[in-house]
Amino acid sequence: MNSVRLRRVGMALLAPAIAIVVSVLVTTIVIAAVGSSPGDFWSAMFSDPSPRLRVNIINQTAMIYTAAVAAAIGFRMGLFNIGIEGQYLMASFAAASFAGAAYLGGFLNVAVSIIIAVAVGAAWAGIAGILRTTRGVSEVISTIMLNAIAVTLVGYLVDRHGVHEGNSVHTKTIKSGSMVKGFTPYEPRDGQVWALSILAVLVGVGFWVLLNKTRFGFDLRASGQSQSAALASGVNPKRMIVIAMMLSGGVAGLVWLPALFGDAGSYGTSYQSQLGFLGIAVALLGRNRPLGMLFGAVLFAFLSAQSNTLTFGTDVSPSIVQITQGVAVLAVVVAYEVVRRWRTRLERRVVADEVPAATEATA
Amino acid sequence: MRRLTKLSAVAAVAALALAGCGSSDSGGSDGGNKPAASKDVCKTAKGDGPKIGLAYDVGGRGDQSFNDSAYVGLKKAVEEFDATCVEGEAADGEAESAREDRLRNFAENGATTIIGVGFAYSDSVNKVAPDFPDVHFGVIDGFDPDKDVNKNVAYLGFAEEQGSFLVGVAAAEKSKSGTIGFVGGVHNDLIKKFEAGYTAGAKAAKPDIKVEVAYIQESDLKGFGDPAGGKAAATGEFDKGADVVYHAAGGSGSGVFDAAVDAGDGKWAIGVDSDQYLTATAAQKPHILTSMLKRVDTATYDFVKSVNDDKALTSYQVYDLKADGVGYATSGGFVDDIASDIDGYKAKIISGEIKVPTTP
Repeated sequence: MNSVRLRRVGMALLAPAIAIVVSVLVTTIVIAAVGSSPGDFWSAMFSDPSPRLRVNIINQTAMIYTAAVAAAIGFRMGLFNIGIEGQYLMASFAAASFAGAAYLGGFLNVAVSIIIAVAVGAAWAGIAGILRTTRGVSEVISTIMLNAIAVTLVGYLVDRHGVHEGNSVHTKTIKSGSMVKGFTPYEPRDGQVWALSILAVLVGVGFWVLLNKTRFGFDLRASGQSQSAALASGVNPKRMIVIAMMLSGGVAGLVWLPALFGDAGSYGTSYQSQLGFLGIAVALLGRNRPLGMLFGAVLFAFLSAQSNTLTFGTDVSPSIVQITQGVAVLAVVVAYEVVRRWRTRLERRVVADEVPAATEATA
Repeated sequence: MRRLTKLSAVAAVAALALAGCGSSDSGGSDGGNKPAASKDVCKTAKGDGPKIGLAYDVGGRGDQSFNDSAYVGLKKAVEEFDATCVEGEAADGEAESAREDRLRNFAENGATTIIGVGFAYSDSVNKVAPDFPDVHFGVIDGFDPDKDVNKNVAYLGFAEEQGSFLVGVAAAEKSKSGTIGFVGGVHNDLIKKFEAGYTAGAKAAKPDIKVEVAYIQESDLKGFGDPAGGKAAATGEFDKGADVVYHAAGGSGSGVFDAAVDAGDGKWAIGVDSDQYLTATAAQKPHILTSMLKRVDTATYDFVKSVNDDKALTSYQVYDLKADGVGYATSGGFVDDIASDIDGYKAKIISGEIKVPTTP
């Protein structure tokens, strides 16, 4: 019995291991194919990150992880929320505008801005949820369209009402009293670990508790695995869809806040886009599990941060890292399916071996 | 055994699919014209002159426009001053900290002259420059985001509206229909300068001319890398009767050229930043009237030269018509018959007789 359990754990780790091996292999082949040295690449990538990069990796991990949890909430219930990108864009813009307007002072300003970000993210995602339940519009289509609308709308608003400076435009800069900086682990020039990164930890713990310890979490997982079974046991699927979308969007609203209050101070050129798509990739990589996604987020943040060092000593373009990330996601999806089938077959064989033995014993 | 074959087949398929993705992606953005790695000036230069760090904007080298122009200036400087160089490139959607890290990397690795290509580097240069007082920084299109003056930073700006004014004159004089078009990549302040100058130039040459204006994106930077969007926007303007369309849309411009080709004989497109007649396809060439030149190469070269001469440029530098920082291209010879008119306006702008607006 123990050996079976051990084998099960081994197999759970097998899929990510295969995925990583495949992505390393593919990256190596691509680099070799364009005539560069894979050895240089890997030694640069896995060199010890400088203090500055360590700080960046932590900050990026927090933001990517929050986006991944936002995606996972939808995935667990069978909803494909592609709209995280637009949701956190709307939320970041709204929070930056409110905080910059300085209606409130100090931490009250920050707290209300966070609530606004969550509300705006939830509302933007809720549109897709309501369209799905009342009109049957696929959330995949509607969230993609909402992304495009968000970019255009925010662009228009910031152009009309923002502060124009040089060739760029941004929302009003948040007063220093309402910034939440963080702590400085190394020299000041190496940057700060943003204090609001703690939001990612809260989101991760909250996600685990919600899924495993609450009735809502059970309903969510049940709906994800079988709509009809969930309906039969008294879950209202329409209500679940709207709530899950809004929850996903609300979490998405938090994604960029650590950077906003820790460093940027306004929505403008320093806004970091694409985190929503990274989050979806990391959710796939981590199989929507709180710890799995943490691993995925660290890996992605590490690869992105380290890629800048490729400029020195290698002739490999930093963009190659995107190939590594892409292959890792694809390979993990394939590997899980392969391992799952393998395990089913193995279990079947174990049962087949045991059953005749048992019948013989009773005979 | 069968299982192993299946597994390796899956891996092989994934590998092929992704390798395919990777190469087609880079092929697309490079336009196939990117010089091989070994030909890069930064790989071969081994001089003992200044060490230059050049940080490209999104799109990087190979965009046949903005970034490539900076590379031309870099190459000239490296050859002339026996310099060495390193290059870095911004990724789409990268963190502000990644830009900062790129600049710090340059400085820590001994670069004495660092240039950020694009105004997105304004904030990061502002943070990094005070930590490296002996390093000289330049930001193309940049500005100082705060009130603390950086003594070691030069903001290399261009009078895009003046160059656009001249191609606006060319467009109006070549137009037979009385309607011309403008396609902007992204509706931001920088591109609005192009629109403002173009419209002003066209109205100066022909007061009753009609200018159709379209932007590919409101704020999404994708608008600079979307040839299909550029083609759709330009086709719409040709359909409305325009016979000359000027684009300020970076990599989306090739779509505008294609739209002019499809619109048929007598329909023109005007290029931007570099002399785009030189990099256009054979089918596009007969339709490229002229290009508005934004001499990012001049600014890049000038800045390195100033550092090399121990007279490093600082603060705001304006590259306008007077400084030959903007202008128009004559390749193809399509504007030869109206060149005297255009040059007349040029002289008036330089003398200050004509003030070109910067907002539409």
